[in-house]
Amino acid sequence: MLLQLNNVEVRYGPIRALRDVSLAVDQGEIVALLGANGAGKSTTLRTISGLVRPVSGTVFFDGKPIQRVPSHDVVALGIGHVPEGRRIFPMMTVLENLEMGAYLHRGNFSENLTRVFSLFPVLAERRKQDGGTLSGGEQQMLAIARSLMSSPRLLLFDEPSMGLAPMFVKTIFQIIREIRDEGTTILLVEQNASQALHLADRAYVLENGSIVMADRADVLLQDPRVRAAYLGEGAA
Amino acid sequence: MCFTQNFWSFFIGGIANGFLYALIALGYTLVYGVLQLINFAHSEVFMSGGFAGYFVVNAVIGQSSPHGLASVGLIVLGTAAGAVGGAVVAYLLERVAYRPLRRRKAPRLAFLISAIGASYFLYNLAGKEFGRNGYSLPFLYPFQTGVTVFGTGIQTYWVVIAIAAMIMLVLLDRIVAATRLGRGIRAVAQDAETASLMGVNIDRVIAQTFILGGILGGAAGFLFGLSSGVVYSMGFTPALKAFTAAVLGGIGNIRGAVLGGLVLGVAENMGVICAPTEWRDVVAFGILVAVLIIRPTGILGERLGRSA
Ligand SMILES: Nc1ncnc2c1ncn2[C@@H]1O[C@H](COP(=O)(O)OP(=O)(O)OP(=O)(O)O)[C@@H](O)[C@H]1O
Ligand SMILES: [Mg+2]
Repeated sequence: MLLQLNNVEVRYGPIRALRDVSLAVDQGEIVALLGANGAGKSTTLRTISGLVRPVSGTVFFDGKPIQRVPSHDVVALGIGHVPEGRRIFPMMTVLENLEMGAYLHRGNFSENLTRVFSLFPVLAERRKQDGGTLSGGEQQMLAIARSLMSSPRLLLFDEPSMGLAPMFVKTIFQIIREIRDEGTTILLVEQNASQALHLADRAYVLENGSIVMADRADVLLQDPRVRAAYLGEGAA
Repeated sequence: MCFTQNFWSFFIGGIANGFLYALIALGYTLVYGVLQLINFAHSEVFMSGGFAGYFVVNAVIGQSSPHGLASVGLIVLGTAAGAVGGAVVAYLLERVAYRPLRRRKAPRLAFLISAIGASYFLYNLAGKEFGRNGYSLPFLYPFQTGVTVFGTGIQTYWVVIAIAAMIMLVLLDRIVAATRLGRGIRAVAQDAETASLMGVNIDRVIAQTFILGGILGGAAGFLFGLSSGVVYSMGFTPALKAFTAAVLGGIGNIRGAVLGGLVLGVAENMGVICAPTEWRDVVAFGILVAVLIIRPTGILGERLGRSA
C-alpha cells in the first residue's frame, strides 16, 4: 500500500472530527472519499498532509510513519494536495504560482512546466496574469497544475469540482484520470458522488467522522444506501 | 517670506529623513505582511543597530580623523555593523517573544503585550548597560558637501542617507520580487497554510523576514546616529514615525512603506518651515491620526504579499 491510515482520531478542541478512521490507497489507484458536509473529508486529507495532527492512530506513506511530519516536509516525500477552495496565491502571477508548486525543486522544473501547459493550455496564455484575476475554473486548473509541479507520487484532491460550471467539471475529471494514467496515485474527496464513483476504482464513505462503507466504486454505485444518500435518488 | 526662503532646505532635508523612516517602516511592513502583527519592539532593533554601528566605528577609528575613501569605508562598516546588530536583535525577538506564542496559538493581545514587554526590556537593558547619556559618533565627513542646489547647501549627511537607503531599497525590492526567499515571504503573506503545502517552512520564513527588517532598521539606526548620536531612548520617536509612514503608505505594502516614509519626512518639515521645529512631531503624529480617520488602509492600500 502506498498510503495507509490506521485507527486515526482527530479532534478540534472538544469536537471529534475523525474517529477510528482506517483506509488504504494502493499505487496507481484512484480512491474516492465521499460524505456529507462536515463528515470529516477535508480533515482526513489535512491529516495526511500534516496540517493537523491526529491524537491517535498512524499514517503510513510508502511504509514510513508520517503522522508527526510537519506539512512542509510532507510535500518533500511526494504527497501533493489540491486544497479545498483552490487556495491559489491571488497576488502572484500564474507562473509564480507554478514556481511555488516547485518550491522544493522536486522533479525537473521545465519538464513539469511543459507538461502542465500541455494539460492546461489556457494557463500558458495567462502565465503573466495574477492568479486572483482568473475565473473559478481557471483557478482550479492552476491549483491542480501547481500541485503537479512537485512531481507528486500521491495527489490529494479536495472537492475539485466545487462551484464549477458542468463543462469545467467534466474537464477536471478527465484531467484527474490522465494524471493517474501518467502514474500518480489519487485520493479524491468529492460531494459530486456520481461522477467520483464513475472515475474511481474504490471508494470510502465517511459519516460523522467514521468510515461507514468501503468497497469497489462500481459496487457502491449500485448500493441502495449510497444511491439514496449520495446520488439523489430520494429516501430508500 | 520664511516659506520661500527655507523651502528647499526643508524639502531636501525632509527627503533625507524620509529615507530613514522608509528603512525603518519596511521592518514593520514586512513583519506585518507575514504575521499580521505590529512588531512594537522594532524601535529597539533600530536602537541596537545604532549602538552596534557606534561601537564598531569607534573601535576602528582610534585617534585618526578620516577623510576621503576612509570616510566612505567607515560609513559602510558602521552601516553593516548596524545591520548585523539589528538583524541579531530582530531574530532574537522573534525566537523569544513571538514564536513561543505562535506555538501556543495565543490570542492577538498576547503578542502585543509580549512586544511591549520585549521593547521595555531592551530599552532598559540598553539604558543600564550604556548609561542614560548619549554618545556622539566621531566626525566621519565634513558637514557640507559644498554643492548648492536651489540655493541650498547640500549637507553631506543627506547624501549619505539617500545613497545608503537607495542601495538597500533596491536590493530589498529585488530580493522580494525575484528570489526564492522573496517568493516564500510573499506566499506566507498571502496564504501561510497553502505555502506550507508547497514546502515552505513558515517558521523559517518568518525568522528570515524579521532578519530582513532588522538589517534595514539596524542600518537606519547607525545612519540616524551619524547626525544625532546614539542613546538608549533613540528608537522611540523615529520608530513611531516610521510606523506612521508604514500606515500612511498602506501597512504590508512594500512600496507603500517607502512612499509613506518620504511623504512623512517632507510633510513634517513643510509643517515647520515657518514655525518652531518643536512642532515637527506634532505635525507627524497629526498626520497619523488624520490617515487613520480618513483612509485607514493608507495611500496605496494594503497589498499583502505583493512583489513590490
Ligand atoms: N478548524 C476547525 N476547528 C474546529 N472545528 C473544525 C475545524 N475544521 C473542521 N471542523 C469541524 O470538523 C468536522 C469535519 O470538518 P471537515 O472540514 O473535515 O468536513 P468535510 O467533510 O470536509 O466538509 P465539507 O464537505 O463541508 O467540506 C466538522 O464538524 C467541522 O465543523
Ligand atoms: Mg471539506
